[in-house]
Amino acid sequence: MTNRNLLATAATASLIAAAGPALAVDCPIQVGVLHSLSGSMAISETTLRDVMLMMVEQQNAKGGLLGCELEAVVVDPASDWPLFSELTRQLLTVNEVDVIFGAWTSVSRKAVLPVLEELNGLMFYPVQYEGQESSRNVFYTGAAPNTQAIPAVDYFLEELGVESFALLGTDYVYPRTTNAILAAYLADKGIPEEDIFVNYTPFGHSDWSTIVSDVVALGAGGKQVGIVSTINGDANIGFYNELSAQGVSADDIPVVAFSVGEEELSGLDTSRLVGHLAAWNYFMSADTAENEEFIAAWHDFIGDTGRVTNDPMEAHYIGFNMWVNAVEAAGTTDVDAVREAMWGQEFPNLTGGTAVMNVNHHLSKPVLIGEIRADGQFDIISQTEEVPGEAWTPYLSESATLVSDWQELGCGMFDTATETCVQLTSNY
Amino acid sequence: MPLSFRTAPVLACLICLCLAALHPQPLAAQDDAPQGTLQALLQTHQEEVARPSRNSVALVLDALLDAQLDGTLEFLRLWQDREVYERDADGLFFYAREGQDRMLVLTDIDTGEEAGVIGSREINQIRPNAGVRREIAAALVQFELSDPDPARRLAALEAISRSPDPEQIPLLAAAIEGEPDPAIRERKERVLSLLIARHGSDSAERVAAIEALTGDISTEARRVLNQLLQTQAGIAGALPEDANIERVRSPGDDLDLITAYDRLADAGLAPARRGHNAIRDALRAHVANGQVGGVALHRLSTDEARREAYRTLEEAGLVPPLVTEAAMQAAVAQYVFFDAYVEPDAAVTDAARDALDSTRTKIGIYQAFGLTLDALSLASIFFLAAIGLAITFGVMRVINMAHGEFIMMGAYTGYVVQLFIPNYTFSLAVALPLAFAITFGAGVAMERLVIRYLYTRPLETLLATFGISIALQQLAKNIFGTQARPLTAPDWLAGSVVLNDIVSISSIRVAIFVLALMFLAMLVVILQRTRLGLEVRAVTQNPGMAASMGINPDRINMLTFGLGSGIAGVAGVAIGLYAQVTSEMGANYIVQSFMTVVVGGVGSVFGTLAGAGLIGFLQKGIEWFNPGNTLAAQTYMVLFIILFIQFRPRGIVALKGRAAGD
Amino acid sequence: MAADIMTRGARGPAKPRQPAPPRRRSFLAENPSVLWFMLALGLFTAVVSVLSEAFGAGLLSTSLIKVLGMTLCLCLIAIAMDVVWGYCGILSLGHFAFFGLGGYAIGMWLMYARTEIVIRENLASGTIPPTETEVTEAVTAQIFGVVGSSELPLIWSFAYSLPFQLAMVVLMPGLLALIFGWLAFRSRVTGVYLSILTQAMTLALSLYLFQNDTGLRGNNGLSGLQNIPGFLDVPQSVISMWFFWASAFALGAGYLLFAWVVWGKFGSVIRAIRDNESRVRFLGYNVEGYKLFVFTLTAVASGLAGALYYPQAGIINPAEIAPIASIYLAVWVAIGGRGRLYGAVIGAASVSLLSSWLTGGGAPNIDLGFYRIIWTDWWLVLLGLGFVLVTLFFPKGIGGLFDYLVRKRP
Repeated sequence: MTNRNLLATAATASLIAAAGPALAVDCPIQVGVLHSLSGSMAISETTLRDVMLMMVEQQNAKGGLLGCELEAVVVDPASDWPLFSELTRQLLTVNEVDVIFGAWTSVSRKAVLPVLEELNGLMFYPVQYEGQESSRNVFYTGAAPNTQAIPAVDYFLEELGVESFALLGTDYVYPRTTNAILAAYLADKGIPEEDIFVNYTPFGHSDWSTIVSDVVALGAGGKQVGIVSTINGDANIGFYNELSAQGVSADDIPVVAFSVGEEELSGLDTSRLVGHLAAWNYFMSADTAENEEFIAAWHDFIGDTGRVTNDPMEAHYIGFNMWVNAVEAAGTTDVDAVREAMWGQEFPNLTGGTAVMNVNHHLSKPVLIGEIRADGQFDIISQTEEVPGEAWTPYLSESATLVSDWQELGCGMFDTATETCVQLTSNY
Repeated sequence: MPLSFRTAPVLACLICLCLAALHPQPLAAQDDAPQGTLQALLQTHQEEVARPSRNSVALVLDALLDAQLDGTLEFLRLWQDREVYERDADGLFFYAREGQDRMLVLTDIDTGEEAGVIGSREINQIRPNAGVRREIAAALVQFELSDPDPARRLAALEAISRSPDPEQIPLLAAAIEGEPDPAIRERKERVLSLLIARHGSDSAERVAAIEALTGDISTEARRVLNQLLQTQAGIAGALPEDANIERVRSPGDDLDLITAYDRLADAGLAPARRGHNAIRDALRAHVANGQVGGVALHRLSTDEARREAYRTLEEAGLVPPLVTEAAMQAAVAQYVFFDAYVEPDAAVTDAARDALDSTRTKIGIYQAFGLTLDALSLASIFFLAAIGLAITFGVMRVINMAHGEFIMMGAYTGYVVQLFIPNYTFSLAVALPLAFAITFGAGVAMERLVIRYLYTRPLETLLATFGISIALQQLAKNIFGTQARPLTAPDWLAGSVVLNDIVSISSIRVAIFVLALMFLAMLVVILQRTRLGLEVRAVTQNPGMAASMGINPDRINMLTFGLGSGIAGVAGVAIGLYAQVTSEMGANYIVQSFMTVVVGGVGSVFGTLAGAGLIGFLQKGIEWFNPGNTLAAQTYMVLFIILFIQFRPRGIVALKGRAAGD
Repeated sequence: MAADIMTRGARGPAKPRQPAPPRRRSFLAENPSVLWFMLALGLFTAVVSVLSEAFGAGLLSTSLIKVLGMTLCLCLIAIAMDVVWGYCGILSLGHFAFFGLGGYAIGMWLMYARTEIVIRENLASGTIPPTETEVTEAVTAQIFGVVGSSELPLIWSFAYSLPFQLAMVVLMPGLLALIFGWLAFRSRVTGVYLSILTQAMTLALSLYLFQNDTGLRGNNGLSGLQNIPGFLDVPQSVISMWFFWASAFALGAGYLLFAWVVWGKFGSVIRAIRDNESRVRFLGYNVEGYKLFVFTLTAVASGLAGALYYPQAGIINPAEIAPIASIYLAVWVAIGGRGRLYGAVIGAASVSLLSSWLTGGGAPNIDLGFYRIIWTDWWLVLLGLGFVLVTLFFPKGIGGLFDYLVRKRP
């Protein structure tokens, strides 16, 4: 620690001493940012790095945290899963960061998990995901299946009267598990197996002609067809181009996407996609004062008023602010103390209402369904009250009896049938 | 079970009711609205109008249609178009348009007069979802079938075919007579006949309508037929007389025994099968003194021991008996399992089945044709991407790993041009030659600066060009960012060419196909009919000999390299129009391009054509067999190529004689 | 197999007669670089051990130890690549396929055995002891639950057995190389064609593994491999040192083996194949046999390197064996200097370490006032251009500098 830092700490410490007990924090507080800045996922993740830099800057402008400056440590895992694991170890042991905000794909999260759990790190994961996990060391600020996929499918069933489902996804853990959950859920709802068409494509797939034709052909079966898309990354561009080229109208075959937000649509001409759907916990078009302020700050930071905001950005916004509040409540950045202070943390959503961090490390957030507009934004057509995220889905038999409660049970994978904690570490 | 999506709206209603009770104002507002006005009627269904749902909207629609108030039609249209607003303060409904400073100017829904301005956060835009809009459209049908505006009449017909309803038959029948437009009249007749087939009241009339659909491969006709043929599984002690049976299923034969039994259990006709871990869970519940049913706990790690313990418990009457296979068979044997048509009229279902069967062959042929078109399209994309590589490889035996990056440069050129020229058609016309020019220049520069020093070391050109490739990729990332950039096709290329409901292909793919043909023709002409072509062929066949005949191989190399790169640039524009423009797009095509070249045979335009055709058709063919898995098709295609090269190491079109030696 | 080829080669009718050197000098005397290399490697290992967290001063973090250990494995595959390309002239763009297969083979055991231990612990705490089927089912649910499957794929049948999977580490890459090499060399596919063919092989393999139905968890790959079953309580700082030593030993042994392989008559023959394949064939040597032997041997070494690498990386997925990885391998060898084993080591170590330092945010950015050079943005551009320059002007790579030094010595 340099002399200047020492002085600064001493000065602030004396200020804080008046308010509370002396704090044991190493200044500056390091915030790790683990998002791919290159590779196929950079399309989505680069923005999250920027939003984290903005939030760190804002917090420093407000006077830092516990009297310390915040410092962002940015690394580039390059969409390479092993590199995620390696860089996490580096962040935690070499840079000694106090918290990590990072990862997008579930594969990358699974790559990071063992290191986080081994070194007792703390990570905020901002993206909607497939659930079936509740790590001691991760807070999931994105949606779980019951706060995104299941409500979207309910919307298909009840509002649009869809009877035949095409589940299209990129071939990796999130689409696979989500589709498995949805298939079980749809079976529960009386949709027979032959009315569910499943297709997986690789990352970056571009030849969509045949697949879209196949789905259109399902329409002749006499049932209302709907597409549930878990296609990730830049493959969406080819997919939506093909949809619009074949003139698939939202009135005939609606598409609901779980990984397509404003950012992904910004690379597309959406005038022919009007009416297709996306399910998220946030849309940029939400008309609230908080959102307006957030968007203004974002445009200001990035220096471009054409840039959009999206759901994972809101997730980082909520996650970061909750972490800041938890650190202030705990009076330290110590992972165990912060974890405990995180339970029950509340923070206003950008879409109105309040997000709450539950003891299963998942958020309660409202579920929004939006229709694509010609300008690349979404019309919010349905918004629920806050729904608590479920770590384990009740629709799959292997997880039906599992719950996560880190506060009371101290376990992320507790079997209510046998009343035992199945395991303390996660599956990866 | 946490708050689910379905209960949430109910909760929202409750909250609203509570709020309403707390604030007397909204109730007062209801009284304010004079009786007999649209506003008053809507206020009695305030919740259903403000937060419409497909299931509740019928209530409002019925009430509105029954009351026949003035302005109902306009309200329905605007409601559907999301132009109705709900004022937060009192729950009254207004039409609104945007005013200044994010303020909205309100219009009274009854009088049509302005009703003040309001901030966008104090009023709530009502956004009926697609399902609700479909219902509203169906309700509007009666008004719009004879509307003077032809677009409205067509929309009404669309609404009928989306949500057909028996009540629409007389409405539609009455609307045909006065129809002035022959095309719309024809459409009305068609929709009516489909409607009669589906919902008609007279059996003979329906059968006639269905028979008229024989051989009709349109999606809407097959949809109606398939709807008529929907079946429901049933169980009964004896086959019911009155049901329209599709087929009887015999358990163990075309119905799984366990499925059959589970269906019985679901219907309450048999005790439910115990779950997967039933034995274990039952044993666990009866542990006493370190043993269960007389078996020590530590021995229970085998299935036999567990069954033994369970039998003891069963005999003691402590646990329900296990459902054995014999018991299942006995239970299943007592019942008949069948699938019955939902449609009770057998004449109708017979006719529908015949009509549907008649389309089968035709559909098969068209599907095969559609697949052929897809394969052709894929082949033309591979061809475009690979032909530039084939030329350089053929002439110079140089593998250009940066070829993919030239494709990327072309695509980004298209993007940049679109930034400056907003007219998409014109910008495309500029982008294509510009992309060619830029990549031609880049190719020539690369040849002059790097490759010509490496002609004696062909394997090392592979590595040097790889270095250029990663540098270019990263440069593109630094300049354009990692986000995919839009390259938008002009409107005339955005749609698709539709042959019928089964075969259609997007215009952009047709354009790529045409472009590929043009390049093929151009290259053939250049190579066969020009001096340059002659020299290129000479250098391809024997560089040393060509040089001694006075051909300057340096110049030829430079020009061919430029030409190959230029074509890659044009291919980039074409590919960018239908797929994503990213810094990594080139990398996605490079390996496939290599394979196209190698399979086709080096140094021959037709060889590349054959290679692209083979790969395109093969990939689509494998996808046809395994439609759920695109990756498998790619895998098997690559495996095929590996094997193919074993048997024809020089590709499909192999150069003969000395030129073949390297 | 090896012996067979060698004797067949030796029986060649037109055995080239050397101008009879009086007596051959010993292996080490002819290859002083081997001694130097062993010395350097030993010194490096000792220094790292002394500075490590687990056994020494604690100056080197565990994550750095892992990076160093992994780099040693990369050096091993680079040597293999050097033998097959720099000595035998086969530019294989598919050696990472073998590396990955080795990783998958050991990864299956690591993952299965670790999960089984966790499961058994959990089930043992229940009132009723588990049956074997229950254990297998629970393990399957844990491993394949995340990819939406609940059946244990056939290829996992022996995943519980360490000896079996260890055998697979050698056999899988070896067999693949043998079959592929036999097909390719038999058809006399050479030069650029062969490079593309090897590239197709690694592409096909990675596409195959990307499929979920393959049973190796598709894109997710195998993860949590850094936790060694039976040593779950041992801290990573210690385990990382074990693997570091193992990697150093493997590299040393590999270096010795390959130096011996490329030395002497066998080495002369494969170098001759590199320089002019047809002439060697006309001299009566079984060129295909030699090539197949070298190809397979290097594939096995690559598999072993992979089996040591992935427990340190912690995760393996099909993207690891995408064609680009193997091209980078060629780049390392070319930069380090082909045709000399230490060149491959220098190339692999310097480029991969520099890469991870510069992209890991470790290097300070340079502010030029008007422009800020951010290393993450510019490193690949520099690497690419640098590589072009090396190819153009230093075809012998960094290793070529040693020649220069050696010649200058009085």
